[in-house]
Amino acid sequence: MTIRLQAKKAVAQAVGFFGLRVALGLVLLILIFILADIGSKGAGTISWEFLTQAPRRGMTEGGIFPAIYGTLIVTLITAVLAVPLGMGAAIYLNEYARKNRLTRLIRLSIRNLSGVPSIVYGLFGVILFVNIFKFGTSILSAGLTLGLLTLPWTITASEEALKTVPNSYREGALALGASKWQSIRTNVLPYALPGMLTGTVLGLARAAGETAPIMFTGAAFALPILPQSIKDQFMALPYHLYIMATQHHDIAKVRPLAYGTALVLIALVLGLNLGAVVLRYRLRRRTKRY
Amino acid sequence: MSTLPKIEAKNLDFFYGPKQALKNLNIACHEKKVTAIIGPSGCGKSTFIRTLNRMNDVVPGARVTGDILVDGTTILGPRIDVVELRKRIGMVFQKPNPFPKSIFDNVAYGLRINGMAGSREHLEEVVEKSLREAALWDEVKDRLKDNAFALSGGQQQRLCIARALAVKPEVILFDEPCSAIDPIATAKIEDLIERLKKNYTVVIVTHNMQQAARVSDYTAFLMLGELIEFDETKTIFTAPNNKMTEDYITGRFG
Repeated sequence: MTIRLQAKKAVAQAVGFFGLRVALGLVLLILIFILADIGSKGAGTISWEFLTQAPRRGMTEGGIFPAIYGTLIVTLITAVLAVPLGMGAAIYLNEYARKNRLTRLIRLSIRNLSGVPSIVYGLFGVILFVNIFKFGTSILSAGLTLGLLTLPWTITASEEALKTVPNSYREGALALGASKWQSIRTNVLPYALPGMLTGTVLGLARAAGETAPIMFTGAAFALPILPQSIKDQFMALPYHLYIMATQHHDIAKVRPLAYGTALVLIALVLGLNLGAVVLRYRLRRRTKRY
Repeated sequence: MSTLPKIEAKNLDFFYGPKQALKNLNIACHEKKVTAIIGPSGCGKSTFIRTLNRMNDVVPGARVTGDILVDGTTILGPRIDVVELRKRIGMVFQKPNPFPKSIFDNVAYGLRINGMAGSREHLEEVVEKSLREAALWDEVKDRLKDNAFALSGGQQQRLCIARALAVKPEVILFDEPCSAIDPIATAKIEDLIERLKKNYTVVIVTHNMQQAARVSDYTAFLMLGELIEFDETKTIFTAPNNKMTEDYITGRFG
């Protein structure tokens, strides 16, 4: 009796595991296909010249350095807005705010914001930063718009990281005469920081690859020179890729350049994600030792 | 009982939102004595002990009426510096809760955040003294830089006691300190409490009645938030006044 029952269970388990493996395999297959496709078609374009020169002859020749530069600068501005604000909001929400209907509503709104299409952020950025604040179509406007887009992710990830710190660390510190902020600063943040930073960097990586929010707020079709201040327009990798792939007058001719741009963009985002992993690993090791 | 009690709860009521957890408690904890709080689960033992150092302040919806006096002065109300209060009234929790730091840094934590660390020599001196007082020094003196999580459960709990002692409290609250550790480690902690009462006032919550009988001078028996009986421990355990107390300590319920 029992043996037959177990055999039945074993079959069910095998079928279940097989299903899960297939699901995982499919995901990996798609990912590998994308990477292989872009890698094989883009690799030939990558050269020192491609990475360090500006586009020439109506973007049919030359490199993409202004776009790399622009993406790095705009991501930096995104970070300046999203990192302190996101972490601060998460600390407030998780450590200080009362658990009532209002904070539940705020939390729900933040979750919902992370689902808002990025083009909506782009239009919002045009109204707020370009028109009302009169920052013009500039790196600043684009960076702030991307910052808004990243905030919900940063807040949510940071709050999750704070939640993983056991309450006994907080209570233990309070019972020794620590003020609330002392207990958070010395006995909560050090242990939440790896998770907070990982979530933040992942959010930034996502922002770096966005096109819609920067289209109307600061990204330029093509610029002969690098931006001189944060009030200037800039070129960005995702927008450049969009143009090369769909808007250029000679799409067939620039296709290799488009693949090269895509490869650089993917490498940049992958680099950021890898950086997050390394950062978390090193911080964890440090806090684990003590 | 002519001297002023170290801690005195007067007509103490406590509410979690609409739910009343403590009803009109009157308990006095005498200086350099051990007072045990016993009673079945959910009777309000932990709630009571956590009002003594205002740890319940962090619980949303908590409300206290009545009064708690320490050395004759109230500690309730918004004008009390709870940080200062918690330095005077230390606490050891049910589950050992060392911080993920070195053994040394755990004991030094309270000194550092309270600006009591002073020179390196002074800090080392206080850490050693606290660890000796908590009967842990000999076991850890060669590995003060090791992570506190590497210690056994009983050692971790003594580390938490050392950590509390380091900030020089006057009172130490123990909230079921032995419920998460084995009998041998428990015996060590009981020995320790016995010695600590020479210098400190001790309040201990326990649902182990033998433990209350062994370590305490006074015992309060709580049920459903009410004080059923409060007396010297030997009276409670040999000649209780109340039938419910007798039923509880003889193991008829609870």
